[in-house]
Amino acid sequence: MNYLLQQIINGVSLGAIYGLIAIGYTMVYGIIGMINFAHGEIYMVGAFVSLIAFMALGIAGITYIPLALLLVLVIAMVFTAAYGWAVERIAYRPLRGSYRLAPLISAIGMSIFLQNYVQLLQGARVKTLQPVVHGGITLATGSFGVQVSYLQLFILVLTIILMAVFSYVIAATPLGRAQRAVEQDSTMAALLGIDVDRTISLTFLIGAMLAAVAGMMVLLYYGVIDFFIGFEAGIKAFTAAVLGGIGSLPGAMLGGLLIGLIEALWSGYASVEYKDVMVFVVLVLVLIFRPSGLFGRPEVEKV
Amino acid sequence: MSAEPAAAAAPATNPIAPRRLAIGGILKEAFLTAIVALVLAIPLVGFRIVESGGTTGLRTRFWWVAIATGAVFAGRLALGLWRGAMPPRAVTGASWFDPVARYGRRHARLAAAAGIAVALALPALPYASRSVVDLATTVIIYVMLGWGLNVVVGLAGLLDLGYVAFYAVGAYSFALLAHDLGFTFWEALPLSGLLAATAGVLLGFPVLRLRGDYLAIVTLGFGEIIHILLLNWTSLTYGPNGIGDIPRPGLFGLVFERRAPPGFTTFHDFLGVPFNPSQRIDFLYYLVLALALIVNLFTLRLRRLPIGRAWEALREDEIACRALGINPVNVKLSAFGIGAMLGGFAGAFFATRQGFISPESFTFTESATILAIVVLGGMGSQMGVVLAALLLVVLPELGRGFAEFRMLIFGAAMVGIMVWRPQGLLARREPSLRLHPRGDGP
Amino acid sequence: MSEKLLEVTHLSMRFGGLSAIEDLSFTANQREITALIGPNGAGKTTVFNCLTGFYRPSGGSLVLHRDARRFALERMADHRIAREAGVARTFQNIRLFAGMTLLENLVVAQHGELMRASRFSVAGLLGFPPYRRAEKIAVGKARDWLDRLGLTDRADMAAGGLSYGDRRRLEIARAMCTGPALLCLDEPAAGLNPHESAMLNDLLRAIRDEYRIGLLLIEHDMKVVMGISDHIVVLDHGNKIADGTPEAVRADPGVVRAYLGEPEEAGE
Repeated sequence: MNYLLQQIINGVSLGAIYGLIAIGYTMVYGIIGMINFAHGEIYMVGAFVSLIAFMALGIAGITYIPLALLLVLVIAMVFTAAYGWAVERIAYRPLRGSYRLAPLISAIGMSIFLQNYVQLLQGARVKTLQPVVHGGITLATGSFGVQVSYLQLFILVLTIILMAVFSYVIAATPLGRAQRAVEQDSTMAALLGIDVDRTISLTFLIGAMLAAVAGMMVLLYYGVIDFFIGFEAGIKAFTAAVLGGIGSLPGAMLGGLLIGLIEALWSGYASVEYKDVMVFVVLVLVLIFRPSGLFGRPEVEKV
Repeated sequence: MSAEPAAAAAPATNPIAPRRLAIGGILKEAFLTAIVALVLAIPLVGFRIVESGGTTGLRTRFWWVAIATGAVFAGRLALGLWRGAMPPRAVTGASWFDPVARYGRRHARLAAAAGIAVALALPALPYASRSVVDLATTVIIYVMLGWGLNVVVGLAGLLDLGYVAFYAVGAYSFALLAHDLGFTFWEALPLSGLLAATAGVLLGFPVLRLRGDYLAIVTLGFGEIIHILLLNWTSLTYGPNGIGDIPRPGLFGLVFERRAPPGFTTFHDFLGVPFNPSQRIDFLYYLVLALALIVNLFTLRLRRLPIGRAWEALREDEIACRALGINPVNVKLSAFGIGAMLGGFAGAFFATRQGFISPESFTFTESATILAIVVLGGMGSQMGVVLAALLLVVLPELGRGFAEFRMLIFGAAMVGIMVWRPQGLLARREPSLRLHPRGDGP
Repeated sequence: MSEKLLEVTHLSMRFGGLSAIEDLSFTANQREITALIGPNGAGKTTVFNCLTGFYRPSGGSLVLHRDARRFALERMADHRIAREAGVARTFQNIRLFAGMTLLENLVVAQHGELMRASRFSVAGLLGFPPYRRAEKIAVGKARDWLDRLGLTDRADMAAGGLSYGDRRRLEIARAMCTGPALLCLDEPAAGLNPHESAMLNDLLRAIRDEYRIGLLLIEHDMKVVMGISDHIVVLDHGNKIADGTPEAVRADPGVVRAYLGEPEEAGE
C-alpha cells in the first residue's frame, strides 16, 4: 500500500511536468492547427537555461534558495520565451497559409536543429546539478516509506498556480478572448480587428514559458539533463495532449498526469524498459474508444 | 511626420527606373533581428557548462555572443538589401525554380530515361570510386523508402510518422530468416516484404478512425514501440548488439567473396578474374537498382489502377468516397500494407548490404528523413522523391568534413527548404488517366 | 405505372434531447422526381443523411426496392448503401475531388466494377484484357457524361477549376456514374443563376426519363421544384405537413403557413 502511494506521488509529480509541456502543445494546436514538433526542444532549452542560471547565481553568491528559485524561474521563462517566439517567426509564420504537412516538416527540421545547436554549444555529455531543494515530509515509515519531498510539493503548488493563472487569462482577459476567437475563426477575428499575428506569437510565448518551468522542474527533480530530453518528453507530452483531447487545457494537464501515473506505476510494478510502450498502448486504446481524446471536442463534420 | 516628396512615389509608375532602397527600414529590421539574436545567444552561447572531474563549472564566452550578434546583423542586412534590390515579386508566390520545375515536368520521360541511363552506367564512369557507388546504393535505398511512404502519405494522405517501423520489420525479418533460419537472399526478400506488409495492415487497424494529427502521433508511437522492442526483446532481436553476419546475396549461386565457402564457387573464379571488393559493391548496386526500377513500375501502375485512384480520392475527401460506395477501411489498409511492404523490401536490402543491423539505425530521425524526402520532392511525385533523396543523402555526405555540423545543417536546411518552397520541388499533380493525349490542351 | 422505389416508414431521428425528425413516412417512386421541401431546419438534410447512412436513424424503417430486392437502409453502412443498394447523392457544399481531373472524378465513381475487373489489382497490374476492357468501358461512360454536360474538352483539367454551375452538374454526373437506383440531390440549384437553373432542370428531367431511376430532391428554389417535381413532400420542424402533387401542395394552407408564417393578428 505504501509502495503504491509512493508511486502515485511520484507519478503525479512527473505528470505535472508533462502536463505543463502538454499545455504548450495543445494551445498551439488549438490556435493554428499544427503540431509544434520543436516544443520538446524548447523545454530542453528551458532546462539548460535553468541550469546555467543556477550556476551563475551560485557563482554570484546568491544562495538563499527561495530567491534563487524565483530568479531562475524568471530568467528561464524570459529566455525560453524568446526561443519559442523566434522559432514561430522563423519556421512557422511563413508557412501559415500552406497545407498541413509543410509546417510539420519545418517543425521537425527545427527540432533537429535545436537539438544539435545545444549539443554543439554545450557538449554532448550529460550535465548535472547538485540537489538544490532538500528534504520532505514523511507520510509513513517502515520498509516502504512514503515521502513527499519539498521539491515535489513545490512542483505541485507551482503547477496549480500556473494552471489557475493561465485558465484565468484564457477565460477572462482580452488576450484570452482574442486567442479563443482566433482559434475558432482566424479570418473573422482579423476582420474584427484582432491582431492575429500578435495573438499567435503570444500563444507561443506562453507555451514556451510553461515549458521553461517544466524544464527547470525536471532539472531540479532528476538533477541531470542532456540535449536529448526534449525528444522523449516531447513525444510523451504530445501524447498527453492528444489523450486529454487536443485543444483542451485541462485535458492537457489531465493527460499529463495520467501519463505520469502510468509511467510510474508501470515501472514500479512491471518493467522499466517497456514503460513507454505502455504509454502508447493506453493512448491507442483511448483513441479507439474516444477518437477525440478524453476532453476533446469531437469534430463534427457537416455533411 | 514630414510629407513624402513626390519623387519617392515615381517608381510605382516607372518600373524601369531604379527603386530607392528603403535603407532606413532595412537597417531597423537588421538591428531588431540582431537584438533578438543577442537575447537568444546570451544564455546558451555566452555560457558554457564544463565538467571537469565530476564537478560542473561555468565558463563565459561573451565574445562569441558578440560575433553571433554581429553575424546575424550582417546577414539580415544583406538579406534586406538583396530583397530590396530584386524586382517586386508577383503575389502568386512564383519563384525562380518554377520554370525549372515546368521544364522538368514537360520533359519528364526524357529526364527519367537520362537518369536511368546514368544510373546504369554509374560504376563504369570515371571518378566512380567504390564510395561513390556505395553512396549511390544508399540513395537508391532511400528512394525506395520514399516511394513506399509516398503511397501512404502522398497518395492516400495518411500522415504516417512511424514509417521506420516497417523498414525495421523488413530488415530484422530478413536478418533473422537469413542468419538464424538459413534462408537465401532470394527466399528471404519476398518473405520480409510480406511480413512488413502484415505489420502495416496490423498497425493500420487501430488508426482507421483517426483524424490526421491523431493518426500522426499514433504512428509515431508505433515507430517508437518498434524501436523499444528491438532494444529490449533480446531473445528475438538480440537487443542493442544487433545481428551480424548477415549473408550477402549471390548471383545464381556465385558468391562475391575472396574465397568460396565449401560447395560454392566465387564470382571472380567463375569469370577467371582476380578478386576485387568492388565486384560485390557493384553487384549490390545493380541489384538495388533493379529492385528500385521494379518498385517504380509497380507504384506507377498502381496509381493508374482503381486502387490508386481510390487512395487519391480518399486523400481528397473521405466522405465523398463513402458516398460513392468506396469502403475507406479497405483503401486505408491497402495503402498501409503496400507502403509497408515497400519499406520492408528496402529494409531487407539494407540488412544484406550492411551485413549487420542494430536498433540504432531505426530511430525517429529515419522516419523524419523519409517524410522530408516525400514532402520535399512534392507529395505524390515519383521524380520528386528521387531528386529529394539525392539532395538529402548526398549533401550531408559532401559535408563530411564538418561532421559535427552535419545534422545542424540538415535541420536548418529542412526548415529553409520548406519555407522557401513548401509545395516541394516537383509539385504539380499528373492525372492518372487522360481522355485527350498529352499536348492536346491543358 | 410507377413502382415504389423508396419507402420511408415512421422515420425518426433524435440528437440528444432534440428531435430532428418525428414519425416521417412517405414514398418515392421510380421514374419520378420527388422533392423534399420545407423551411430551414425542417430536417430535410437529416432525412438524406439517414437515407445514405451518415446517420443511424433513431427509429423507423427505410426500404429501397431494387431489381426485386429489398434493402433495409437503416441497418446498412454508408458505403454499402451506395454500392449495394444503389443510393447516390450530391452534397449541399459540393464535394468533388478538386485536385483530380473531371475524368478521374467520374471514373472513381465506377470504382466497384473496376476493382472487381482488376481482381484486387492483380489482373490490373499485369494488364490483362478483361481489366483493360472494363477500364475502356468506364472511360467511355465518363466521356458520355462529359459530352452531355459539354465539358469534354476540359476532361483533363482539375475539377476545382470549374465554374460553380459546372461543378454542381459534374457532381450530379459523378453520382450517376455509380449506376444508382435512387439519386438524392441536396440543394442542387443553390447558387445557380436562372440560366443555370434551367439547364439543371433539363438535366434532371433527362435523367428521370432516360434511366431506370428515381430522384429525390431537396430544394428551396421553387421554380425548380414546381418546374420538375412529380411529387412533393413538405416538412416543417421534423414533421410532414403535406404530401402530393405540386398543385395540391401549392394550395395547401398548412404549407403556406409554414413558409410565410402566421398571418398578423389585428393589433399585434
